[in-house]
Order: sequence, then structure tokens, then C-alpha cells
Amino acid sequence: MLDLLKEPVLAVQEFFLLAGNALKNIFRRPHYGDDIALQMDAIGVGSLPVVVMIGSFSGIVMALQMSRALSQYGQVGKTGTLVSLTLVRELGPVLTAIMVAGRNSTGMASELGSMKVTEQIDAMRALGTDPIQKLVTPRVIATCVMLPLLTIIADFVGMVGGFLIAKFVLSIESRQYWTSVWRALEWNDVTQGLLKPLVFALVVSLMGCYHGLRTTGGTQGVGRSTTQAMVAATVLIFVLDVLITKVFVSQGGS
Amino acid sequence: MAAETPAVLRFENVTVSFDGDVALRDISFAAFEGESRIILGAAGSGKTVLLKTAMGLTKPESGKVFVFGQDISTLPEKRLFDVRGRIGMLFQESALFDSLNIAENVAYPLLNQPSIHCPKADVLPRVKRTLEFVELGETLEKFPSELSGGMRRRAAIARAVVTEPPLQMYDSPTAGLDPITAHTIMALLIKERDVSQATTLLATHRFQDGNLMANFRYNSERGALEPARNGTEKKSRTTFMVLKEGRLIFESDQDAIESSTDPYIGKFVKQRV
Repeated sequence: MLDLLKEPVLAVQEFFLLAGNALKNIFRRPHYGDDIALQMDAIGVGSLPVVVMIGSFSGIVMALQMSRALSQYGQVGKTGTLVSLTLVRELGPVLTAIMVAGRNSTGMASELGSMKVTEQIDAMRALGTDPIQKLVTPRVIATCVMLPLLTIIADFVGMVGGFLIAKFVLSIESRQYWTSVWRALEWNDVTQGLLKPLVFALVVSLMGCYHGLRTTGGTQGVGRSTTQAMVAATVLIFVLDVLITKVFVSQGGS
Repeated sequence: MAAETPAVLRFENVTVSFDGDVALRDISFAAFEGESRIILGAAGSGKTVLLKTAMGLTKPESGKVFVFGQDISTLPEKRLFDVRGRIGMLFQESALFDSLNIAENVAYPLLNQPSIHCPKADVLPRVKRTLEFVELGETLEKFPSELSGGMRRRAAIARAVVTEPPLQMYDSPTAGLDPITAHTIMALLIKERDVSQATTLLATHRFQDGNLMANFRYNSERGALEPARNGTEKKSRTTFMVLKEGRLIFESDQDAIESSTDPYIGKFVKQRV
């Protein structure tokens, strides 16, 4: 029984050690600015097209679905309110984080994993650099900066998608739509809408790096850790989403 | 105690294990300045682990590792960089960084090794000089994936020796190469050893690599290897070590290894061409 527990406990301990070291390194020299910029480009600019697509389509779908539900109460005019709330609180952060997990968690796991199995990580240590400082910390910083920005873009594009439906399908006046979108949001919503991507960013980047760095067993192992990184990141995103939402809901607000 | 011994590298009862699997069992030896050590062993006998332990990349479970008289078995990672700056290591599969070109790969230790203070202006000339030494002067801008296996190995040797380290370790430098390329790589390592006079550790499964190391020297006038006669020319000492399943079962010179009656050792010696 104890032996069964040993491995998961060890894995959790290793994960938190890595997380601690990666975060400590943010404030330590040497800093690898080039690597941060490179990762920001890969994560932020690289994910932009897919995030815009996902954001706009989820806005469109929400507007269509909500208008049908609201029409039963004769409240189609409130479509903007619901689109805005669902996007900012839930869909924007979660969908963006899942997209970035799919693109970048897996990317980090496979890149670091291949470096591990070809001894490049050992070579890095042998040649005087700390792989956590050189590889993990830039990825964490870049994801923590880019994911909230991507979420804001996804939120906004989603609202525009909802607007297109409201205007051309539901014949809601544009002014009414945008007013209801704006009025719906409280500070509580905006804070949780920005806190979530920050937490998800840590999960996405650290899961990718953690699974990459513990890769063993050749190229087959690289495939395995890539899958594990994606699964672990996605599940953790949903679990943490529930926890954060619970905290904000019980904090009052509507 | 450590300060009195001039050993460059010294293992004292070192045991290394991974998740219960013992990779090295109670290894003790000492390598002295200018010495060449050939570490023979079958695949999985612990050659790579031994070299990595000597660099502090893997930590011994028990025992002590002294490098340049300093016990590195308990040092934290940050303080190991000073020691590693004085060791050049060639990894088994070259381990060049895929994302950097050859010149950047070779410049990496000069720019990143904390204990090496190389002025920015000196980096490129040193990189060029080292790449010319390994006869890769034309490939500065190429990426590792564009080179052949033998060329990658040579680039990795350049990266290992660009800082002119007094201790050099080569992990299976000839593995996976055709005999002709393998010979050029060995010639290069002997040339490097004779030019730098560094202490050299060579892990290999081929006895003929060790034989070349022990009995040949580099003639800089002819640009080729020539036999070094025992006695008169043989300035550098060569010691053979044989690892079997993590144990050090043999440690002596070439005459002793060739006359050994151990069947495991015999297998290595007999395959000599």
C-alpha cells in the first residue's frame, strides 16, 4: 500500500521542487532575455490565430444558445450580458488555457524531453548552465505574460462574435448589445477573469517542463511525456477552475 | 588529506544506483596528471555513469569523488560549475544543442561557464581555431542536423576542448561510426591529448581505441599518427580499466590486460584487429 503511494507522492514533491526553483530563478542572475523573447513569440504570437478563432466561435455559439433560452422569458435583449459574463468568467480563460496547453505544454514536453534523452540537458549542466534557469524559467515567465493577454484578446473577439449574431440574427441594436456587455461586468468578474489565466499559465508551463525533464526511455518516452503533459495540464486547468470559481462566487458579487 | 594527493580525479568507494538498480559498485581509483585511462566495458556496464559521476552530473549514493583535490560528491549544483569548467566532456551521442549552429555550440562553454572569463572579442577567434583543429573550419553556420555523424562527433569534441580543460573525458567517441571515421576520431583525440597534455579518460567498448591511445602519438609534422615505441617515446602513461556490471574488475597496463586469462576481459582484447 505504502509502495503504491510512494511514486505519486514523489512525483508531486518533484513537481513542487521544480516549480519552486523555476520561480526563485526569476529573481536570480543570470537572466536569459533572448530565451524569454523567443518563448513569448512562440506562445503568444504563435497561439494568436487559434485563440482568435476559438474566441470568436465560442462568442457566436454562446449568443445563439443564450438567445434561444432567453427568448422563453422574452429577454433576448440580455444576450450581451450573458455572452460577456460567460466569456470573461469561464470560456475565455479556460478555452484559451486549453488551447495553449495543447500547443505549448506538449511543445515544451517534447522539446525538453528530446533534449533529455539525447543528453543535451546533461551537456547544458556540464557546460555551466542550470537547465531550470535556462529552459524552465523563461517558459514560465513567457506563459505567465502571454496567457492573460491572449485571454483578453479571446474575450474581446468573443464579444465581437456575439455582436455579429446579436446584430444580424437577433436584430439587437448594437448600442444596446455593447451597453449590456459593459454593464454586466463587475470588478469581481474581471479579477477572476485575469487571475485564472495567470494560474493556468503556471500549470501549463510547469506541467510541460516537468514532464519533459523527467522523460526517460528514448523517443518512445518523449511521446509518453508529451501525452502526460497535455492530460495533466488539461485536468488541472478544470480542477483549479472550479476552486477559483468557488472562491470568487462565495466572495459575493452576482 | 585530499590536498596532499596530486590526483586529478579520484574515486573512493563510490556506489551509484538509480531506483534500486546499482550502476556502479564500490569503485575506487585515481587518475594522475597527464595520464590516459581507457575504461573498457560492455554496454550497460557503467562507463557513462562513471564519467557523469566524475562531473557531478549524477550523485554517488556513497563514497567520495575528488576532482582536482576537491570533494564534489556533496557540493550543491551551483558550486559544481567551477569544477565543471575545468573538465571537457564528450557525450555519447554528441549532445550538441539542436537549436544552435555549430559556432554557437562551440562558443557555448566560453559564454556560459561561470568560471571561464573569456572576453567577448576572443570568443569567435577561439571557436574558429578549435573548429579548425578538428577540421571543421567550414561549417560554422551549419546546424547539427545538417552534419554527418562523424562531423557531429568532431564538433562535439571541439565544444569539449574549446576551454582547454586539464581533464578531458570522452564517452564512447567511436560508437556508431564506420571504422575509417572511428579512426579519424581517435587520431583527433590523440592529437588533442598530445597537444594539450591533458589527463584523458576514454570510455569505450573497443579495445583497439585503447590500443591506439596507448601506443600511438600524433606527429605534427606529418599530420598523422605514428607508433610510439615503448620506453623511449612513451611519455604519457596509459592505464586500462575494465568494468563489468558496475564493478571495476581490472586496472593495470596493456601488457597485463593482454595476458589476462579472464574470459570477460579476453573478449575485449581478442576483438582487436
